[in-house]
Amino acid sequence: MNARWSWFNITSVVFGFAFLYLPIVLLVIYSFNESRLVTVWAGFSTKWYGELFRNQGLLDAAWVTVRVAFISATVATVLGTLAAVSLVRFTRFNGRTLFTGMVYAPLVMPEVITGLSLLLLFVSINFARGFWTVTLAHITFSLCFVAVVVQSRLVTFDRSLEEAAQDLGCPPFQAFMKVTLPVILPAVISGWMLAFTLSLDDLVIASFTSGPGATTLPMKIYSQVRLGVTPEINAVCTILIGVVSVGVIIASILTKTREVQRQRDEQAAFAQ
Amino acid sequence: MTLLSAIRSRLVILIPYVWLLFFFLLPFMIVLRIALSDLEYGSPPYTPQFSLSDGWSGIWDKLSTLDFENFAFLVGDSLYINSYLSSLKIALISTLFTLAIGFPLAYGMARAPDRIRPTLLMLVILPFWTSFLIRVYAWIGILKQEGLLNQFLLWLGVIDTPLEILSTNTAVYIGIVYSYLPFMVLPIYSALDKMDESLVEAARDLGCTRIGAFWKVTARLAVPGVLAGCLLVFIPAVGEFVIPDLLGGSGTLMIGKTLWIEFFNNSDWTVASAIAIILLIVLVVPIVWFQNAQAKAAEAGK
Repeated sequence: MNARWSWFNITSVVFGFAFLYLPIVLLVIYSFNESRLVTVWAGFSTKWYGELFRNQGLLDAAWVTVRVAFISATVATVLGTLAAVSLVRFTRFNGRTLFTGMVYAPLVMPEVITGLSLLLLFVSINFARGFWTVTLAHITFSLCFVAVVVQSRLVTFDRSLEEAAQDLGCPPFQAFMKVTLPVILPAVISGWMLAFTLSLDDLVIASFTSGPGATTLPMKIYSQVRLGVTPEINAVCTILIGVVSVGVIIASILTKTREVQRQRDEQAAFAQ
Repeated sequence: MTLLSAIRSRLVILIPYVWLLFFFLLPFMIVLRIALSDLEYGSPPYTPQFSLSDGWSGIWDKLSTLDFENFAFLVGDSLYINSYLSSLKIALISTLFTLAIGFPLAYGMARAPDRIRPTLLMLVILPFWTSFLIRVYAWIGILKQEGLLNQFLLWLGVIDTPLEILSTNTAVYIGIVYSYLPFMVLPIYSALDKMDESLVEAARDLGCTRIGAFWKVTARLAVPGVLAGCLLVFIPAVGEFVIPDLLGGSGTLMIGKTLWIEFFNNSDWTVASAIAIILLIVLVVPIVWFQNAQAKAAEAGK
């Protein structure tokens, strides 16, 4: 659909984006505020950023968060890709309905329920709460997001390419690794990134499943936010926003060029 | 197919299947079990009604003596009933507001020139990657008494005394609409994007007014997107914790917050579990609806 772009359309787009971005922009601006009073502008300063790097508790939490996010995103990507392959390739197996349900339900499940239920699982199997329980919890809910992202790419993949490889003597597993995986790789990568940011962001599930010594950055930010708005938190948030935005923009440019290249290759393969 | 590859293809299903059974389904069983248990102070603070070590006969014996006293307690105490009702009300109203803002945005995006559409799409997705907590936090500085919004309105001369927005339900509505807007915009945009503009032209040619053509063609074709968007906003909003906790006041009752308080402040695991079970029962219809729509969309993709 692409007709005239009326004034009404332009206005609603401009207002919509202003609404989406203004709060974040204000937060970033006020992280450079000289004054401790967040809402009173007193001149430009980067002192709150300096302050951050002297805050050991915050740095520790950031390190825990990055490790949890890295491990959980990686495992979730492997499991989520397997789940996506199962959903797309195996249309009939015992318990498929249950499986489909378990993949889609966590996408909309309220976090308090997921968090509570996982905590109760860890308690009842006597698993010491801490770094690993948070990681396991994050793997579980992010693998479903990876599965959906990879699935949407996999359904449009022409399976005859993989069958051709098998006809030429390639075993199924190798055919998958050599033909299918490179094609769905952009989706797998964006699935990994989604899992990574989901883990980086999560407060509720981490609060339920964490234990002593495994305070994540969102938990740390949350406990400080409850005491009020401070320029240090604005500075932490600004750094996080910066890292994520740069990562997403670079990744989307990379996957776009790859995607275009892949499509060209696929077409070329058919043309021959 | 050789035996080895048969085993491999079984493993493809089995690994994620077993993982989800253990980390997703089993935990729910445990929540249900604890919801039916008696509270006992200690760690873990509950007396299980039955455990797997009893064997099946043991479970049957205990099943006959199961008590629903935690549920009776929830029904008996108006705090919980009110929490559920007010969560549903807040989620419903916020969903309608999100639709009111999200639809024109998605519509405007779908009609934008081809060259800028990918950028617009990217701009809608980008906030989704930014931390939820941070986006909610950003509103505290804007909405509070001496915050930026009040400063701005005072400067404009629209108001004489600062408005009290933070710690009210209004702030919760703003927070939910803001946080979930991309979830509403994306499905509507993808429904409108696929639409054939010549259908609207045909309606106009056949004598429809512009508004008539919009209602009869565009709005009808956007329905699946609107439904998906509404469910994606409504379901998580009902169980929302961060937004009512940070932006709402002590008068803001939401079930996610009540569950959190029961669990972390009152250490009452059995009541927290019972709340979770009822919340799940309330949400099961929209969740199943959403799943079917998802599965159908995935099949249609083939």
